[in-house]
Amino acid sequence: MSKNTKVVGHDAVRIDMEEKITGAALYTDDLPFGPNLLHMSVLASPHAHAEILKIDTSEAEKLPGVMAVATGKDYPQKYGLYLQDKSILPVDRVRYVGEQVAVVIARTKEIADEGCKLIKVDYKVLEPILDVRDAMKEDAVLIHPDLGDYQVIPWINPQPGTNISHVRKIRKGDVEKGFEEADFILEDEYHVPHVVHACIETHISVARYDYTKRFTMWNSTQSPHTQRHIMANALGIPHKDIRIIAPYVGGGFGGKAGISMEALTVACQKVPGYPVKLRWSRKEEFLNSSQRQELRATVKMGVKKNGKITALRHIMHWDVGASAEYGNNVVNATGFSATGPYFVPNVSIDSVGVYTNHPPCAAYRGFGYSEFHFGIESHMDRIAKAIGIDPVEFRRINAIKTDDEVAYKCHMNPSGMLECIDKVAEAIEWGKEEVSDDPDIVIAKGFASAWKAPAMPPNAGSSVFIKFSEDGSINVLVSGMEIGQGLHTAVAKFASEILTVPLDKIRVELPDTDRNPYEWQTVASHETWELGNATIRAARDARDKIFDVVSRAFHLEKESLYLEDGKVKDDLDPDFSLPFEDFVITGIQTEFNTWVGGPIMGIGSFIPEFTNAMVDPDTGMGGHPNVHYTVGAGAVKIELNKKTGVVRVVKMAEGFDCGKAINPDLVKDQIVGGFIQGLGTALYEVCIFDDKGKMLNTNFTDYKIPTILEMPDEMIPVIVEVPQPDGPFGARGMSEHTMIPVMPAVANAIANAIGLRIKDIPLTAEKVALRPLQKDFVPEK
Amino acid sequence: MVREIEFTLNGYHQKITVKPSEKLLDVLRDRLGITSAKYGCGKGECGACTVNLDGKTVRSCLMYAVEADGSVIETLEGFQRLGKKEIQEIYQKHNAFQCGFCAPGFIMSTDELLSQNPDPDEEEIKEALAGNLCRCTGYKNIFSAVKEMVEKRKGRES
Ligand code: FES
Ligand code: FES
Repeated sequence: MSKNTKVVGHDAVRIDMEEKITGAALYTDDLPFGPNLLHMSVLASPHAHAEILKIDTSEAEKLPGVMAVATGKDYPQKYGLYLQDKSILPVDRVRYVGEQVAVVIARTKEIADEGCKLIKVDYKVLEPILDVRDAMKEDAVLIHPDLGDYQVIPWINPQPGTNISHVRKIRKGDVEKGFEEADFILEDEYHVPHVVHACIETHISVARYDYTKRFTMWNSTQSPHTQRHIMANALGIPHKDIRIIAPYVGGGFGGKAGISMEALTVACQKVPGYPVKLRWSRKEEFLNSSQRQELRATVKMGVKKNGKITALRHIMHWDVGASAEYGNNVVNATGFSATGPYFVPNVSIDSVGVYTNHPPCAAYRGFGYSEFHFGIESHMDRIAKAIGIDPVEFRRINAIKTDDEVAYKCHMNPSGMLECIDKVAEAIEWGKEEVSDDPDIVIAKGFASAWKAPAMPPNAGSSVFIKFSEDGSINVLVSGMEIGQGLHTAVAKFASEILTVPLDKIRVELPDTDRNPYEWQTVASHETWELGNATIRAARDARDKIFDVVSRAFHLEKESLYLEDGKVKDDLDPDFSLPFEDFVITGIQTEFNTWVGGPIMGIGSFIPEFTNAMVDPDTGMGGHPNVHYTVGAGAVKIELNKKTGVVRVVKMAEGFDCGKAINPDLVKDQIVGGFIQGLGTALYEVCIFDDKGKMLNTNFTDYKIPTILEMPDEMIPVIVEVPQPDGPFGARGMSEHTMIPVMPAVANAIANAIGLRIKDIPLTAEKVALRPLQKDFVPEK
Repeated sequence: MVREIEFTLNGYHQKITVKPSEKLLDVLRDRLGITSAKYGCGKGECGACTVNLDGKTVRSCLMYAVEADGSVIETLEGFQRLGKKEIQEIYQKHNAFQCGFCAPGFIMSTDELLSQNPDPDEEEIKEALAGNLCRCTGYKNIFSAVKEMVEKRKGRES
């Protein structure tokens, strides 16, 4: 099918680009709400763990310009997508520094801020728990004593009476036997810290409750329908009376998935008729938008002399922070996949979510895969060196192939793993030694493989409406978000390919839950695949309706009709050519001067009907939790300054098997963008907390993200295309994946450069320069 | 305590009363309908709020509006009117943005660079854009757009 495509697989300028470069693209903060717009400020907890004894809001309420104040008394509901453990506003205790204790709605932001300062809260400060190892101790204080009462979806397993929010176990084969068969075994621990998404647009929500009890929100979000669902449940409002409008989003990366601060704006119910705006300041964004989970992983791997992996035991302890509602799905998803992209006959994985008094954690580009790949891919290099096999060859030997059994015993989808490894190795010139003219600089290379599956409930659905206009142009209504990844350009191409409408006659509309059809969420890198399938179905539906009306009006065989350049043509009659604009709205006039047809609309929806999340809790077997995996590899060439410890990545190559590149240019852009985002987390990004649990680096001066100066001189994105049988034109997703190989590839390059194996991220200049000076330092060969 | 200030905004004269504590970014956004200057950090760290004041880029989140009295301010909204579409078109051709939130700031910084230094080398381009943060693109397409712009202008001049 994809052989003769006109637009799919060809490069194109993004359909949202003109709006973005002219400033026409409006983000939530850019929308006008008129002079009645009120502002919300939040009183944040100064304590990581404390009982709330009393909240006195009387002074704040008296402040002129303050319209309303809300506390946990007003909104005691718990909410959440996977586990309802989040408070809109806490009632009896706070669980992290920055947790919102009260909100003030006022005429201006200044007055709202002032109002917050007048609220008096009496706390009984509790000892915070800031390390998963402390949280798992027998006698640890419980951060959620009511865990057993929380609502939870059926495949998440919280452990009431402990600080464990979820456990996902995999037991495949016989690991002990696998280790006995091994000629070499390596066991070690790896640590990956909390980091933040750092979207340039901070979270923002505007909400209005009107006198008909209609609740409307304008949110910067990846999840308009999921937000509507959560709000409807939490507030007891029918779904039809909640409307979420999602303008352009200034970066998401998982941080705007599900719902977080938006829940606070329900307090607009106290001022019906007024729109109320809450926008996180950059500092609030650091403290209060869900961070990436911290991981402490223990990896034990056994191999034969010939390089074949015989067994893997992987224990992952995830610090999910004060709320696990969304983060539990990270714990779950990684549990199924923590072998990395290799065939391993005997597997034991424990993926454990653990509450602490850190900020709540949730989805972050890669959804936990970046974190566990750091351990697995560091281990792969270390073992390869120990048994004397080239690290790239060692990965080739074990690479998962089409039809191989994955950890939960389902079969691997078609996959170009070896091709990815080979092409990336070639692009980085693996094996070619390079020496710098500067005696302080060592040049070295590092390699890592990666895979990822979309993590989503088995019933996550997508749907699409396509409607024609009088001139034959179309509007495609979706609720998949364009968060920068290029989704809407892909959607336009799918519609264009089937309906033969040129791209400049297609608009893809941003979501409004009242008007656009249902979409679960724009997360998991599944949209090109899932929403793409729904779009194709909608386009085919419109095409069928077109054929139907044309065949009825002109007495033609439906089977002989086809579409070309926005016209209906007939195989049997080369002279027949009917442009869309002649009939897609008005229908077609018959020989009796009556009309047939009418406005053409296409409808399509999709869910993956083969998935099943209900696995055996003790072994992880018996289900089909993941729809498919996307595989790939990444490599870097670094220049390491031995004196300063500064590592500069001068070249990178990354390749992924996206099945079919719908927009090859944009696929490459994802690779480049994801790489640089990964580079920040590899080299210096980390949330720093004091011993009371307060995050200390809540600005871009103290928490650095890469600038253009960190861009490698050479970046080589590689596309591999082994079609996904159930994908639109063979496509599968590849957005998040691009971050995954970066941390281990850089760590492996450092080890190759100076023999220093760093097992805790980030790979800062201090660690690189100072660790070799430590007495017990033994260089890795 | 309010003060009346006057300035030229994208070629149009403006007269407006502001409080001494009001930031230029907020006045532009909330009072004058300018949406291209974005709030990203409020502390001069990200460049999302960059506007051009008297020929030089400024972080409008750091400036008080009263400091803009008597100045000439340009924002992305004025580019078509001020005949500066060329930069935009080249950014468009290179698919230089993803979420696009940082776009206005980058375009303002590019405009300043090219007006002050018509022939910047690669390092100078990077220096000029290092104060603008982008979380999505990895900067590569932004960089290649500016490079092509420089080449194009040179070609035309020679
Ligand atoms: S908002 Fe002004 S520099 Fe970030
Ligand atoms: S394109 Fe998203 S921040 Fe630059």
